[in-house]
Amino acid sequence: MNINMTLIGQMIAFAIFVGFCIKFVWPPISNALHERQKKIADGLDAASRASRDLELAEEQAGETLRESKEQAAEILEQAHKRSSQMIEEARDQARQEGERMIAQAKSEIDQEVNRAKEDLRVQVSRLAIVGAERILESSIDEKKHGKLVDELANEL
Amino acid sequence: MAGNNSTPTEYIQHHLQNLTYGYHPENGWSLAHSAGEAQEMGFWAIHLDSMGWSLAMGALFIWLFRMVGKAATTGVPGKLQCAIEMVFEFVEGTVRGAFLHGKNPVIAPLALTLFVWIFLMNLLKLVPVDLAPQLFAKFGVEYMKLVPTTDPNVTLGMALGVFCLIIYYSIKVKGAGGFVKELSFTPFNHWSLIPFNLVMELIGLLVKPLSLGLRLFGNMFAGEVIFLLIALLPFWVSWTLNVPWAIFHILVITLQAFIFTVLTVVYLSAAHEHH
Repeated sequence: MNINMTLIGQMIAFAIFVGFCIKFVWPPISNALHERQKKIADGLDAASRASRDLELAEEQAGETLRESKEQAAEILEQAHKRSSQMIEEARDQARQEGERMIAQAKSEIDQEVNRAKEDLRVQVSRLAIVGAERILESSIDEKKHGKLVDELANEL
Repeated sequence: MAGNNSTPTEYIQHHLQNLTYGYHPENGWSLAHSAGEAQEMGFWAIHLDSMGWSLAMGALFIWLFRMVGKAATTGVPGKLQCAIEMVFEFVEGTVRGAFLHGKNPVIAPLALTLFVWIFLMNLLKLVPVDLAPQLFAKFGVEYMKLVPTTDPNVTLGMALGVFCLIIYYSIKVKGAGGFVKELSFTPFNHWSLIPFNLVMELIGLLVKPLSLGLRLFGNMFAGEVIFLLIALLPFWVSWTLNVPWAIFHILVITLQAFIFTVLTVVYLSAAHEHH
């Protein structure tokens, strides 16, 4: 444990190693670290910006969704209204048509009845004339007695 | 393990003897073959083991950190890079906390060098005490004291390096006149007390490197001696003490490296201070 030249040697080694460290060791590590720090800070910044954007977009999407839902409801309601209206109209129309048809049929029936009555009356009058002829056994001149027959038929 | 042919005293002395190469009055330039010869060589001798391991550890530090620094990516770092960066940031943070005088491009790299270098040198202490001497004995090397920081030359050498920086920055920041004035007029700001102040301040100044170097040396040397004493016990009991002591030293070697580093930064910070 004598103090000797090792002391001087160590001092020189100390100076050399510190010099090396200042020149070759410290700068690359320091640069890499600071660059990474900056990169991470940028990344965090970007992430927070992105999350803010996302929030905004979500909000927008929600609003759009809400609007479209409202619109859909409105359209649906309109469609309902329109369809019920159409059904109502169709019903009305059908009823009117039916009534019209019924009326027509009724009038036709009436006509038929009248016609049948007319026919019946003519035939009855003829039958009466034929009956009368038989009874009288003489022919009746149709031309002469046509007026009489008509009166008879009308009376029936 | 004590050699079968040596007494405990001889064993301990042998393990605490550096491999010394120097100018012997009788043998000329040669390796010392005994503690006595090493003593007789005086100042003009060098501890080959301390110096060699110290340089090896310093080179390991420079190589490792340089390699990682060159390959350092700004992306996701690998495990080794993470470890290196942790040490780096730890030192950088310590310097930022302890050095309060703006930016100095030397302080932080200096602290990193000291911390890692001393840590690596201390780390050699966890190598079993008999391994290196016996291994080197096979190659005919008589002495091999592995841990450089158990050599006061090494610790005081670094402390003197720090001392030179303290003087350099004191003069650079305050000017030679300012530095002398500071030494003369603190702590008592009166001309009649200048001699007293000078004595006080010079002692204070000189004690800084001395305490810095001796603290590290003392801790490491004491630990080493205890390892040697434990090694003297029978092998079947020595591990029960050896293992806890070694685990404890994982803390001590880190702590001592840290203390040396922080005190260096604090001293240099004080050197930048104006009074």
